[in-house]
Amino acid sequence: MASELKVPTMAEFFASGTVPEVLFWVGCAGSFDDRAKKITKAFVKILNKANVSFAVLGTEESCTGDPAKRAGNEFLFQMQAVTNIEVLNAYEIKKIVTACPHCFNTIKNEYPGLGGNYEVVHHTQFLKDLLSEGRISMEGGTFKGKRITFHDPCYLGRANGVYEAPRDLIRKLDAELIEMKSCKQRGLCCGAGGAQMFKEPEKGDKDVNIERTEQALETKPEIIAAGCPFCNTMMTDGVKNKEKEDDVAVMDIAEMIAAAEDL
Amino acid sequence: MQYLPNVIFVILLIAGIGFFVKNVSKLKRNIFLGKEESLTDDKPQRWKNMAKIALGQSKMVVRPIAGALHIIVYVGFVIINIEVLEIILDGIFGTHRMFAVLGPVYDFLIGSFEVLALLVIVAVVIFWIRRNVIKLKRFFKPEMEGWPKNDGNLILCIELVLMVLFLTMNGADYQLQQMGADHYAEAGAFPISSIIAPMFEGMSISSLVLLERTAWWLHIAGILFFLNYLYYSKHLHILLAFPNTYYGKLTPKGQFKNLQSVTDEVKMMMDPDADPYAEPAEDAAVPDKFGASDVQDLSWVQLLNAYTCTECGRCTSECPANQTGKKLSPRKIMMDTRDRLEEVGKNIDANKGEFKDDGKQLLNDYITPEELWACTSCNACVQACPISIDPLSIIMDMRQYLVMEQSAAPTDLNNMMGNIENNGAPWPFNQMDRLNWSKES
Repeated sequence: MASELKVPTMAEFFASGTVPEVLFWVGCAGSFDDRAKKITKAFVKILNKANVSFAVLGTEESCTGDPAKRAGNEFLFQMQAVTNIEVLNAYEIKKIVTACPHCFNTIKNEYPGLGGNYEVVHHTQFLKDLLSEGRISMEGGTFKGKRITFHDPCYLGRANGVYEAPRDLIRKLDAELIEMKSCKQRGLCCGAGGAQMFKEPEKGDKDVNIERTEQALETKPEIIAAGCPFCNTMMTDGVKNKEKEDDVAVMDIAEMIAAAEDL
Repeated sequence: MQYLPNVIFVILLIAGIGFFVKNVSKLKRNIFLGKEESLTDDKPQRWKNMAKIALGQSKMVVRPIAGALHIIVYVGFVIINIEVLEIILDGIFGTHRMFAVLGPVYDFLIGSFEVLALLVIVAVVIFWIRRNVIKLKRFFKPEMEGWPKNDGNLILCIELVLMVLFLTMNGADYQLQQMGADHYAEAGAFPISSIIAPMFEGMSISSLVLLERTAWWLHIAGILFFLNYLYYSKHLHILLAFPNTYYGKLTPKGQFKNLQSVTDEVKMMMDPDADPYAEPAEDAAVPDKFGASDVQDLSWVQLLNAYTCTECGRCTSECPANQTGKKLSPRKIMMDTRDRLEEVGKNIDANKGEFKDDGKQLLNDYITPEELWACTSCNACVQACPISIDPLSIIMDMRQYLVMEQSAAPTDLNNMMGNIENNGAPWPFNQMDRLNWSKES
């Protein structure tokens, strides 16, 4: 479907005096990273198809402060948080959906103490709700019977206990979900969390993403499913390192659903 | 002279318990060297966590073999300690098997103690094999060399000896009962020690009494020794696991605390009415130090965590950084915190109750920045801990000190933070370009 994406901003809603159902928090990776932008667009395509009334902050959005906080810069984190909360509260935002588990965790758990109280959901939870409300339908199509393994993002899984929403969606695609030896509560990190994404790793025997990719490849998957733009990058790099990029795709769940719907 | 054993027993008991109480008060003082943190919220949930995680061992069984063996030793020790009550009362009053009046109930109790004692012996031997023959990887990390390794083995030996003494005592007693010796009326059931009793056949009543008494005295003396060994050992977890799980984190694992001292400053900066040139009030408190460089900067719960750690290494074996050969080991973070706290405590004892600067601190002298920067904040260590210890919170507090007090972040991270400050993203992209993706095909 080549039709243009419809991406209304909060400023536009505000100008017309209306309120969207949900704010889509795109996040820095989703806005700027070439790989992650594809996830953003796939998610918007689904929202457009389901006629979800949503808005983005666009140029009014700024980093949640997660990498700064995890790097130890509480001051920078709180400056970011307070600024974002001012914007969100000015627009009287009630519900936020995001495709980034780091943004999800920060806004959901760390903003309330600074005056930002919102219902925050991860995009896999949101998509699952759309599905159960019958607002989207999913036919497995291209994914039917495919071997798919899901890599739990730490900040979605262990950090917030969301394990089933992404798995339910994969099952709905009629795919064969295979678990890695460390999964769910014991899922191994991709190596990007805690601001590691932005620095070189410390000296060791191996990079964390290689270790995790090896675990994923042990399941002989056709697709490694992810739910986080940073995990996606780390796993994609890992698959390339193992020279398996022709056999194994790393995809966000939103991308899989958009592809299944031929969006 | 008739009461000499009773007197010796009471002296032994008072000395054993007294020394233990003294150490507990030192332990308490050290823990409260940490910063105040109020954890009086949601008491029902806290009790529930304690019941489930400490009493119910719910997280131990994530690893089924170690978990099952641990439950045997745990249940064994808790239940066999009912017998210690009888031993103490017998010791004080000079009686023998005072609880025998319970009749069949007593038989059942002694019988089950014996079965448990045998199971404990089996479990302890398997534990020893895991550490010394199979050499499980998590027991052979750098932080486990020297005392921690010996400590682990010593605990297993003490437990083994205590159980063997218990069964020997019962076996000799059983034999004496069969022979109709004075003071050894038939009482109790001896499903295990009756198997070893034939070894004592042919011994005279007096040598059997000597054997029974020796085992009895060594058993109770051993228990008092073990009680006092706890403070010097990782084995403190048998007591501290309970408060530690009670005070464990209740919020989602991903939620890190917001520093109030920073919030105050940020609010002031954002306040349009604040006077940026105002002199601080004369009586204004010295601003809090950001983050932690030594144990006194941590909260008392983090210090309780450190004393509670029993060095099982589940955290370290689940840590992605450790698994890939980095220096970080969450267990070492806890052990270092405890060791430094002990050092600070000894310093205070030596200097009449006041800490004299010893030119050392937790940061650098124990924990290096290289370890701290290797953490991915993935919470695997927190999830893995069977008794709710949170090594991640200490790592994060120490990172805060490095960054906010010392500006000592790795260059890459400084670049990332500079980008957030300047353009609201960790990469050098213009905030005005944030929506460009929507127009790209």
